[in-house]
Amino acid sequence: MADVMLLSRIQFAANISFHILFPTITIALCWFLVYFKVRFHISKHPVWMRVYRFWVKVFALTFALGVVSGITMSFQFGTNWPGFMEKVGNIAGPLLAYEVMTAFFLEATFLGIMLFGINRVPSWVHTGATLLVAFGTSMSAFWILSLNSWMHTPTGFEMRDGVAHAVDWFAIIFNPSFPYRLGHMLLASGLTVCFLIAGISAYRVLRGDNKKAPNIALRTAVYVAAIIAPLQILMGDMHGLNTFEHQPQKVAAMEGVWDTTKGAPLLLFAIPDEEQRTNHMEIAIPKLASIILTHDPEGEIPGLNEFEGKHPPVKPVFFGFRIMVGLGMLMLLSAWVASFLLWRKKTLSKGFLMFFVGMTFSGWVATLAGWYVTEIGRQPYLVNGVLTTAEAVTDIPSGNVAFSLALYLIVYAFLLVAYIKTLFLMARKSVEIEEYSLSELASKPQPMKEVTA
Amino acid sequence: MILDSQLPTIFAVLMAFSVLLYAMLDGYDLGVGLLLPMENEGQRDKMIASIGPFWDANETWLVLAVGLLLVAFPSAHNVILRELYLPTAFLLIGLILRGVSFDFRAKVIAEHKARWDRLFKLGSLVATASQGYMLGLFVMGFEHSFTAVLFGLLSAIGVTMAYALIGACWLIMKAEGELQLRAIKWARITGVVSFVGILAVCITNPIINVFVLERWTNPPLAYIFATVPALCFAFFVIGHATLKRLPLKDDAGCWLPFVLCVCIFTTSFIGLALSFYPWVVPQQLTIFEAASAPESLRIMLYGALVVIPIIFAYTLFAYRVFWGKVGDLRYY
Ligand code: HDD
Ligand code: HEM
Ligand code: HEM
Repeated sequence: MADVMLLSRIQFAANISFHILFPTITIALCWFLVYFKVRFHISKHPVWMRVYRFWVKVFALTFALGVVSGITMSFQFGTNWPGFMEKVGNIAGPLLAYEVMTAFFLEATFLGIMLFGINRVPSWVHTGATLLVAFGTSMSAFWILSLNSWMHTPTGFEMRDGVAHAVDWFAIIFNPSFPYRLGHMLLASGLTVCFLIAGISAYRVLRGDNKKAPNIALRTAVYVAAIIAPLQILMGDMHGLNTFEHQPQKVAAMEGVWDTTKGAPLLLFAIPDEEQRTNHMEIAIPKLASIILTHDPEGEIPGLNEFEGKHPPVKPVFFGFRIMVGLGMLMLLSAWVASFLLWRKKTLSKGFLMFFVGMTFSGWVATLAGWYVTEIGRQPYLVNGVLTTAEAVTDIPSGNVAFSLALYLIVYAFLLVAYIKTLFLMARKSVEIEEYSLSELASKPQPMKEVTA
Repeated sequence: MILDSQLPTIFAVLMAFSVLLYAMLDGYDLGVGLLLPMENEGQRDKMIASIGPFWDANETWLVLAVGLLLVAFPSAHNVILRELYLPTAFLLIGLILRGVSFDFRAKVIAEHKARWDRLFKLGSLVATASQGYMLGLFVMGFEHSFTAVLFGLLSAIGVTMAYALIGACWLIMKAEGELQLRAIKWARITGVVSFVGILAVCITNPIINVFVLERWTNPPLAYIFATVPALCFAFFVIGHATLKRLPLKDDAGCWLPFVLCVCIFTTSFIGLALSFYPWVVPQQLTIFEAASAPESLRIMLYGALVVIPIIFAYTLFAYRVFWGKVGDLRYY
């Protein structure tokens, strides 16, 4: 049933890729909202409320897309991967159940108060609701990433009659790759949001909106990015070391190492060729891969040939890794240069603003690339060493899967276009609306010193 | 102490409970979506405002129900979702479309708003009809026959009507003036159709499923069981009489239809549960055969015992915050 398998994989990948776009934003954006609201409480300055108001709308829209695509996800395990639940359901089940119970209800309920309750509850209760939503989204990441990490580095279970049974829940939840994956994902979310805020704010400034709100948002985003971009690189490095220990075949694919090598070079670029089991057009820095992974210029890196037939497809892992790391470096560079300019000169040039508009969704690209490295890098296994993807697939007629896949793809393409268009539309609208409310505010006797930035 | 052998029953009750809560809670907001009047934008705004703060949490009960089915009865989950693969896909597409329309409608340019409202209505319809169809196929034991499809379609209409009914009753409670009058009219029509639908299921179910017939006709338990449909029909009659008299002075009793609807949903659901216990896939799998390992059920149960009361507490808090008649829709 090769086609059902292929279709199911494409369908799962399409659904989760679509879903993750929105959590990546909501997880960190909500913490930004908490920050804006708290700044407002402390300073009482209306500009913070204005920043909050704009970004909470973006949050609401993103959250809605996250919820509906997430509901689709929760049906995916049963519809397309029955073997997954049959074999490891005893482990996966409780983790998913805890996610629903401790995260989804919390965020969904307080979201109502956060979005619609601002005039119905005292301001601090509203801030508290925002905080609880932020906490809920992070809890959700905690549980789902625990499960996902367990699929990469399974521990704390035993197999009885071919079915996994939990032995030690602590070891399952805090499995070896979990701390790195959680940290890396939360930082990825932070960076994605920084560049989203910077991009949309830069767009507003370019449209002639030189009021304080977009400038403040831009500045906050750039400074935060300057702090977390290096942390992300550090975390990524530690994550890689952990992977090297538990899934050496994945690292071999990421680095494009075919034969086990001592003193392996770091490939900046190459085209891996799985037929001839070699790379073409290599551009390399000698010994660097060994230094990074083993902290020894002559350290040994096991090559893909040691894992013949049991290693992942090389090309997507290899290129995905380079896209992610390349974007990470670009983010670091741009955040640092922009911070320096904002600090010294207070403004950014038009060209630089346009660059940030171009980077608006760079976090999405890096995040997806990262997930593709991780997930494709685990193939042919679904649960590393325990269950292969082929064993888990459904036996639904492939026509049905093709039909549902087509339906999802159409809806997703439509929604993605609508989402991005609406974001920029909201940015343009708020250029006008906030101008209006500014003059309205100015007509009241209020101490306002925020006309220019 | 809880015995391992009791765990499947406990989880079946928990799951049934979250399905019922889902049907009532998401039921009223799906119902409001079904009823959206395309010719009156002001009323649409009000109607959507009345469900705005709640819909997301309401839908989470579906996630919990499917989650419990998945984690507590994995083999049943596999059978059910395989049998219902396409209706599930439609349900999900429906839920996606309405969930996002909610937000897009408030953010796009004015000329496009009505389009998103139409999509909201359509999404609600697709979702309720697929749920009804799925329920119909479940009652038919996932038979692949023309009668099963026919029954599924009838059930789709019935469930859609029941959702419209509870949606209308929600509006009677939350709205005032003209919209409230309209809601009363909607409730009267959908009430009658739902009544017929439930009656049809009550008659068809024991005809199709012999074990159901035995259960409902086997004294002495049958006498006790018989109170359930009796109560359900009584609620319908009281509801019908109430709707004729509404609205009263000072809006007294505007909450009564909604409460009656909740009672109707509950009794109907208990009726179904009594028919099918302990089958989780009729005639194929019982909850005992389908349950997952006790150590996994146990750790979920302890979590649930702590967390579910907390969920109730803050859900009640949220309903209190938005108590009373709905104002204008304000997004922040
Ligand atoms: C790292 C984060 C992350 C990842 C990898 C996933 N999710 Fe997710 N999910 C979230 C982070 C998140 C979130 C931040 O909690 C969301 C996004 C926006 C939102 O509303 O909540 C969410 C929403 C969300 C919802 C709706 C919750 C609600 O009603 O509020 C469901 C049912 C799922 N997800 C299920 C899944 C499943 C089954 C996944 C994996 C296969 C998955 N998610 C991957
Ligand atoms: C959130 C970001 C994620 C992305 C972008 C992602 C992406 C992918 C991709 C591209 C595949 C296909 C690999 C292949 O077939 O070669 C895959 C497979 C899979 N992933 Fe993920 N994944 C993510 C998270 C998760 C999580 C959190 C889980 C479970 C808890 C998960 C479970 C699976 C399963 C069950 C498969 C098997 C299907 C398959 O091999 O195609 N994934 N994922
Ligand atoms: C620049 C330095 C970076 C390094 C060295 C790095 C390293 C890694 C490694 C080794 C993995 C695979 C781990 C595994 O599967 O075992 C990974 C995954 C991932 N990366 Fe990166 N990364 C970097 C930057 C980024 C950036 C900038 C983002 C996003 C904004 C990002 C997002 C992700 C995501 C979402 C995953 C998948 C989830 C996970 O396994 O943690 N990474 N990264």
